[in-house]
Amino acid sequence: MGRISNKEIVTMAGTDIIIHDEKDNVGVVVIEKITPKQDCDCWIMENDKSIKIQSMDEIPLGHKIAMTDLNEGDTILKYGHDIGKVVKSIKKGEHVHVHNVKTKKW
Amino acid sequence: MEIPKTFLGYKREDGRTGTRNHVIILPVDDISNACAEAVANNIKGTIALPHSYGRLQFGADLELHFRTMIGTGKNPNVAAVIVIGIEPKWTKRIVDAIATTGKPVEGFSIEGVGDIDTIARVSKKAQEFSIWASEKQREERPISDLWISVKCGESDTTSGLASNPTVGNLMDKLEPLGVHLCFGETSELTGAETVCEKRGKTPEAQEKFRKTWSSYNDFILKEATDDLSESQPTAGNIAGGLTTIEEKAFGNFQKIGGCKFIDVLEPAEEPTKGPGLYFMDTSSAAAECVTLQAAGGFNLHLFPTGQGNIIGNPIEPVVKLTANPLTARTMSEHIDVDVSKILSREMNLDEAGDELIKATIRVANGRLTCAEALGHREFVMTKLYRSA
Repeated sequence: MGRISNKEIVTMAGTDIIIHDEKDNVGVVVIEKITPKQDCDCWIMENDKSIKIQSMDEIPLGHKIAMTDLNEGDTILKYGHDIGKVVKSIKKGEHVHVHNVKTKKW
Repeated sequence: MEIPKTFLGYKREDGRTGTRNHVIILPVDDISNACAEAVANNIKGTIALPHSYGRLQFGADLELHFRTMIGTGKNPNVAAVIVIGIEPKWTKRIVDAIATTGKPVEGFSIEGVGDIDTIARVSKKAQEFSIWASEKQREERPISDLWISVKCGESDTTSGLASNPTVGNLMDKLEPLGVHLCFGETSELTGAETVCEKRGKTPEAQEKFRKTWSSYNDFILKEATDDLSESQPTAGNIAGGLTTIEEKAFGNFQKIGGCKFIDVLEPAEEPTKGPGLYFMDTSSAAAECVTLQAAGGFNLHLFPTGQGNIIGNPIEPVVKLTANPLTARTMSEHIDVDVSKILSREMNLDEAGDELIKATIRVANGRLTCAEALGHREFVMTKLYRSA
């Protein structure tokens, strides 16, 4: 309904990574995947700024990339808020997920 | 976009408006399911709502059972109701409460009669109700007669980036028009609970939210045997890139846009403070949550999904949207509104919100949702604890 045709995943030159808030230290991959050593275009939603980052890992659609080096115990910020703690140090451009980040809640 | 001032709905005896015109056969308890299903099979234009509970419940759990049964019957998407229970007392309690709306409702009990005679007697009444309801016509009704509930499921990071904010954009546009709105998922606001609490319009609403969330969180901490990493986030959430409950919570929270909630509702409680946004204390399991919201009187549901939750509800149409381009492509029969172009920045949030409003009104007017066409009728009662 009111559907926009979406036969192909958009991989046109444009935004590869979206960052919610300027304070965030992670971004979200919004193309099917990014590959190691890929130069990625990032868009910060909050202030409509564009920045670049080179990836270190292959990262699939929807998964997060570290925008900066992160040490064990550091806080991950997304939406400008605390979403968990680093449990294994992460380099800028690496994949951020359950293998290196845990909840501070349960 | 100029938002339509009206939609085509069914005006009910109590002044509310339905987006659907169901005649339901409601079993009070698990052992009355067989009768209810037999009647719904006999009489076209009726649907049975089988479920698993209703015996030997007590205290708050029993009250929730009654509230859910009664609220489902009172929902304006329901034209008429048949209630069937094993014994007459609880059946009558439900019938009497539904009857306050003025809609046709009749109760039957099985004890002392047996299934076969009950099915025959109920079928006669159900046929009468079905034919009566079939003559009801849609008429122009104010947009403020929409009561919209929201809940997301099988979320991923695209939910927080785009499909949930699209729902938030719709809320920002419809709230000033006097629409009732409802979000829930108490457990899934964990991590964002302090930010959410501040969205209470009054100190009372904030205080009520804090108590409700704390009580749910205490229950989870008491029962948890691990870090819930198999349940919250779910395996689907994790596959979609969500790492922690906090991340999921902040994404979830995008659904309310910039709105403030005026009250906190018990599960299945009907709002009484007028138009605006309400928070309902619910589980985050999709079918349980939507069943409770429908019992609260909501007549249309918006369901953003990332990895592809397929839920529907028997009485409240569930409109599904996704921003995940893979889900939109591989599960297209489940997706009513595709907003994946937000991620490629070919569509902005304002345009996506308008698309969702258009879809919402078409469904309110009678267009079948994907879940309705596929026959999804998940009616799942929330049970608080073991029966006596």
